[in-house]
Amino acid sequence: MRLRSSLATVSIIIAALCAARLDAQSPRAAAPYAVVSAEGRRTVGAATIGDQDMLRLDELAPLLQLIVREDRAAKALTVSRGTAVAVLSLDQGLASVGGKIFSLSAPPARDGTRWLVPPDTVSRVLAPIAGVRTEVRRASRLIVLGDLRVPRITVQQEPGGPPTRIAIEIVPRAAFTVVQEPKRLLVRFDADSLDVGPINAGGDLVESITPVDPLTLAIALGKNFGTFRAATVPVDGASSRLVIDLTAAGAPAPGLSGLARAPAKPPAAPPAPAAMPEAAAALPAMQPPGVRTIVIDPGHGGDEQGTRSAGGVIEKDLVLDVARRLRSVLDSRLGVRVLLTRDDDRVVPHDERASIANNNKADLFISLHANSSPNKGAKGAEVFYLSLDGLGAEARKMVESPEARPVPVLGGGSRDIELILWDMAQARHLNESAVFAMLVEEELRRRVEMSPNPVQQAPFRVLVAANMPAVLVEMGFLSNPEQEGELTSDDFKNRVVQALFDAVVRYRGRIEAQASSRLP
Amino acid sequence: MAISTRIVALTLITAAAVGAGTWATVRYLNRPAPRPQASAPSAAPQPGTARRIKATLFYVSADGLRLTGSEREVVYAESAAAQARQIVEALLEPAPQGLASAIPPGTALRSLFVGERGDAYVDFNGSLRTNHPGGSASELLTVYAIVSALTVNLPAITSVQILIEGHEVDTLAGHVDLRRPLPNAPQWAEKGST
Repeated sequence: MRLRSSLATVSIIIAALCAARLDAQSPRAAAPYAVVSAEGRRTVGAATIGDQDMLRLDELAPLLQLIVREDRAAKALTVSRGTAVAVLSLDQGLASVGGKIFSLSAPPARDGTRWLVPPDTVSRVLAPIAGVRTEVRRASRLIVLGDLRVPRITVQQEPGGPPTRIAIEIVPRAAFTVVQEPKRLLVRFDADSLDVGPINAGGDLVESITPVDPLTLAIALGKNFGTFRAATVPVDGASSRLVIDLTAAGAPAPGLSGLARAPAKPPAAPPAPAAMPEAAAALPAMQPPGVRTIVIDPGHGGDEQGTRSAGGVIEKDLVLDVARRLRSVLDSRLGVRVLLTRDDDRVVPHDERASIANNNKADLFISLHANSSPNKGAKGAEVFYLSLDGLGAEARKMVESPEARPVPVLGGGSRDIELILWDMAQARHLNESAVFAMLVEEELRRRVEMSPNPVQQAPFRVLVAANMPAVLVEMGFLSNPEQEGELTSDDFKNRVVQALFDAVVRYRGRIEAQASSRLP
Repeated sequence: MAISTRIVALTLITAAAVGAGTWATVRYLNRPAPRPQASAPSAAPQPGTARRIKATLFYVSADGLRLTGSEREVVYAESAAAQARQIVEALLEPAPQGLASAIPPGTALRSLFVGERGDAYVDFNGSLRTNHPGGSASELLTVYAIVSALTVNLPAITSVQILIEGHEVDTLAGHVDLRRPLPNAPQWAEKGST
């Protein structure tokens, strides 16, 4: 009797253990993973088994154009694309890819009729089969497919102040623009998508910080907000830090001294920021004259297509292509910060284009366009800088006596740049714009056909508010059947890019020579 | 001697006759204009009966990069605004043989007003923008064909602002700043064409 009782107790314990084991092995629903690819952002269902994240293979495979089959006899899953095949063992966390055996963090698990695989299957098994570069960020629950720029963004409000300091860590480094709108600041990143991490901010001046689109963070401003100042702090070669100081209405504007404040401990993911005294030295205001930031403005965009050739070439697409090529060349060969006013097909208002340049303290603004004339014979490149037609006597005074001009304040504040009347911003840069236009014309002339009027002044809307030397380049006439074919060729685009690059180099040399000649 | 006296007398008589003729011609040309009809000044007079003046209108030059002036007859109107309207209406008509218009097809004038400072506000229908082919050269030619036609022919008008459907616009095709009245800019016309 006692023996029977003991056996019964043992049986109950074993049954309970088995039940617990089964419970531990059954998938539990978990937050999905985001998948970012050139086609956009999607999600893939996930579950956890024990403490192991698992991804739904039936949702993952189509994104990589993979076919999945179960081989019950071999107790394996085969994953294939064309002739490339991988085999995943159902019993063990092993996979065979191209004749090599890889260890996975867990074997595939069945969830009803679906299969779950651990996240490292993506980079070790699926990516090699699909021939696509992938990156799995478990902490962010993010998978990046392809060569995309998806910086990790973490936001921290530092203690102390005023001013209220928002520190945004960007890993890997990515360019950004800060644009002020009524009641909010928009921080738009030059990337393909964002991996937005923890956001810790709030108070009188900042109501919230939230992503408003795949590339933009919106800082909702509190009622007491007065003005702001933004500065970039390079942390290391791979990451950067954007510091935004906000002050209340009526308080003194934030100055350089404020940047000496010790930074708060950054969030865990990004590397620790460099010491702030170095950061202060990196501020543009402390730097000698030069060309560090260039804004390239691909004309038109979205519904505003620009002109269109008889063969269907659309100006907005052509200029965006050239702008991207120019960015790549300037970034890689000159090491300057290059921003595009648009990096996709969308409408960008003229004032926003200038805002991007002004708020990022750009040293040059280059607007790219393709031309059209009612006469199909018209051809050749043209370079424009602003004429003051229609701007009135006030703008002309600014050109004639720039030193004597007080800097009028445009309501609202705009970080550490001097605030001037929006529609006169370009007036005091006209001489330098003319110089840069001449350099662009000289370099273009060496490589492409020029119009009989190669350098001109015109009252162009996009140039009016640019607070730096600014030109508009018409690369050629899409209305000319001969030029249409030429303009769309890689050779022509690269010649234009090379000309603009050389013009920037010459202009930078001129600025630096002037600065050194002024040294004691 | 008698012959010389006759020659002098004949010369004086001839000079007096020429002078009187010139005076009469000038008086005739400078006579006060007839009052317009009772209808609105902008109303077009009856074809064939209306008095006409010559005005320089602007079309696309042969190289497609500038404007070229062409003298055309337009209906005379008494006020600057009414005359401006006649000039713009003439500009919207098909271009003369051998020239191309800088104005997009379908463009129509809605209204025209001249301010005290000599700023003309010219309101077009939406076709001026929607039918525009784009490109800065085309846009500059369109804008300055209108600005030049008014400022060159009418000294009372010193600048022109283009409106679309009664509203101020940023640009026609993404380039030329139209938020203020533009003065004439002769550089957009071929040399000697005005």
